[in-house]
Amino acid sequence: MRSDGIFIAVEVDDSHAQDAELARRLSEACPVDIFAQGAQGALEIVRSNLDECVLCRLCLDASPPGAVKIIKLYDEEALLV
Amino acid sequence: MSILIDADTTFIVQGITGREAVNLTRECLDYGAGAKVVGGVTPGRLGRDVHGVPVFDTVAQAVQGHGAPIDGSVVTVPPAFTKDAVFEAIENGVKLIVIVTERIPRRDVAEMVELATLRGARIIGPNCLGIIVPDVVKMGGIGGPAKNAAQAYTPGPIGVISRSGGMTTEMSSTLSAAGLGQSTAVSIGGDAIIGSTYAELMPLFEADAQTQGIVIYTEPGGRTEAELARWVTENRSRLPIVAFMAGRFMDEMPGMSFGHAGTIVEGKEDTASEKITRLAQAGIAVAERIEDIPAMIAEKLAERAPA
Amino acid sequence: MRFFEYEAREVIKRAGIPVTDYGFTTDAAEAGEIARRIAGPTVIKSQVLTGGRMKAGGVQFADTPEQAEAHAREILALEINGHAPRGVLVDPKAQVEQEYYAGVVWDGTRKQPVMIFSPVGGIDIEQVAEEQPEKVGRRHFSNILPFSGFEAKEVIAATGVSGSALNKLVPILTRLARLFVENDMILAEINPLGQLTDGAFVALDAHMDIENEARGRHRKLLAELGVGEEETRQAREATAFELAGEQVDAQDHRGVAGNVTEFDGNLGLVIGAGGGSLTLFDAVRAHGGRPANYCEIGGNPSVAKACGLAKLVLGKPGVERIAVMMSIVSNTRVDLVARGVIKACLELGHDPAEKIAIFRIPGAWEEEGFKILARYGVEYVDRSVSLNEAARRAVEKIGGGDAATGAPAAQAAGGVAPGSES
Repeated sequence: MRSDGIFIAVEVDDSHAQDAELARRLSEACPVDIFAQGAQGALEIVRSNLDECVLCRLCLDASPPGAVKIIKLYDEEALLV
Repeated sequence: MSILIDADTTFIVQGITGREAVNLTRECLDYGAGAKVVGGVTPGRLGRDVHGVPVFDTVAQAVQGHGAPIDGSVVTVPPAFTKDAVFEAIENGVKLIVIVTERIPRRDVAEMVELATLRGARIIGPNCLGIIVPDVVKMGGIGGPAKNAAQAYTPGPIGVISRSGGMTTEMSSTLSAAGLGQSTAVSIGGDAIIGSTYAELMPLFEADAQTQGIVIYTEPGGRTEAELARWVTENRSRLPIVAFMAGRFMDEMPGMSFGHAGTIVEGKEDTASEKITRLAQAGIAVAERIEDIPAMIAEKLAERAPA
Repeated sequence: MRFFEYEAREVIKRAGIPVTDYGFTTDAAEAGEIARRIAGPTVIKSQVLTGGRMKAGGVQFADTPEQAEAHAREILALEINGHAPRGVLVDPKAQVEQEYYAGVVWDGTRKQPVMIFSPVGGIDIEQVAEEQPEKVGRRHFSNILPFSGFEAKEVIAATGVSGSALNKLVPILTRLARLFVENDMILAEINPLGQLTDGAFVALDAHMDIENEARGRHRKLLAELGVGEEETRQAREATAFELAGEQVDAQDHRGVAGNVTEFDGNLGLVIGAGGGSLTLFDAVRAHGGRPANYCEIGGNPSVAKACGLAKLVLGKPGVERIAVMMSIVSNTRVDLVARGVIKACLELGHDPAEKIAIFRIPGAWEEEGFKILARYGVEYVDRSVSLNEAARRAVEKIGGGDAATGAPAAQAAGGVAPGSES
């Protein structure tokens, strides 16, 4: 799944998008509430908060490598690493 | 050298687990030689640590844990609790207290300052960003993360005193860019009653061999600049002073002023233009723009240099 | 926050200081009733937070309840210095033998409260201090030792007052000192403190000012006095624009968008922090610019807050462009402010490169911020361009040929034009 704000886009690998445990970890980790858990614990990306991303990497730390991508739309889609 | 703090100063952070405190603790540990942050105090959190700094319930425990008197404290505790925290620090032998917290009622500040005086302690602030000795140590959030602080502040002969935290960095950065580093920069806070005014810090700079000149940031409101002008005139300081004053347009924004009583106690409160005149009369040059400060202080330094 | 006279009277009454048998009302007929109850000559006093009441006709004497009602009707409709009265005070006209002065105020240099007393009251204490200095006593008192009666006694005796007057005044001044401290006042003044023909003392006027920062710990008192929580009692009421600014600040606790003040120029200012804002405003004025507003960004605002503030300023009638400028920032993130102001432009259907005259915020996360600004073609400069120079360029951009031709502003050393390599 991918969701785009104006400055930041977030992409979560489809195979991980259904992982409720990952969804829980992500929603806890993000200090600006970009990730949420919807019905049945499924991962949701809160589009209105995308542009608040502070590039803290806590979501990357909380997920398997490559599962989550933070994309800087203002920097030719450079990935946060 | 420096005033107030140096590489050996030990200090605690009161309110260390708070959002701002966690940040500034990291910054102080990273900057210069690395500050000796020997403990933090947040009641109820004994046993935790913040960036490796042990957290205690009380200042007394922190002193015990350190095994020796602790020199200073950075206080970030919310306004309703600040007085209690500062009293605790003072009564446990802490001699230098930097109060970051803003919006503390004046009465509380006055009590803290009076107790400090009684016990031979000194308060910097409240509502301030702390103290920095470039490339050596910082106590407080002044200058931000180590990398940013290192960019703005460099060691040198100028003592900097500012009522505004952000402007301490702006002025110091301008001085650094002109090759005029700082001996110590102090953000003294903007409240009506503060622990240390310009005049009260001057004797410290006077006694510091590294300091050759002083740059201050001032605003309209209050009488601390008049106090400085008086001090300079009465003490024949060896240190030339350049001041920058912001807020001149405030002369055109009359507020509600009442209470004639205040004026007969401390004298009529100066307008911005009157303040500038008063400073000039004491030999303190007032810069129109921040970028003019380096040339002005350099000139004064040259005047005073031995032939 | 300044108290009205009728509120101040209530405060000192609660502290045990003798007051007259006054009444407060917003209704002329009721003023007549109060006068009837007093059963004697009265003084009708406008309740406004400005001086010059007497001169403006806001203080009138009445011999009968009918006169009291008539005067009250007049005074209730009388604006003084642009202030409409909150109501009127109906005071019994006292038989005064002598008027004294008693006040407590902060001495910021000594960092203690100071008690001031004079047997010459009823006029400006400043004047007395100048003309009869030996008749004005001042005494500082400790913040940490509880106030003791002898301190009041000393300051009164220093002016030559003795006898039964001294003994009657000591408890009054003691109570005044205590109420000053306990209520977080920054001014507590009774002038005149009248000595009546029978030797008793009574407060004939009172000025009290409570520190705004401390209001939170006196909610009960303020509520009992009828002071609204939202009442600021500033020199003038906040404008709609300013109230909207407060809203932007209040809606999100992340960072500060404060002190939004309305002016009527064409250059919107999104500026900070405190000292930086003052410096920038001065600089804009010095270069002939016409600010549309003043404000102080501080702390670490969310993108939403920065956006909200920028939208508010951009949306103000008459604003052609905004200048986004701050002194070097430590805990404010340059990239987040950049996102906020650009987003504001986009959401209002504007080209950020057009609407943002200049962006000057050096400091934390500036490299990331510069990438964002470059991507949107916004003209930005780094720390080598001073606050003053940034303000000058903003004013120039609004004023002159640059806007007409669309050419980028002249680049001084350190300035960076959009599209160039950072």
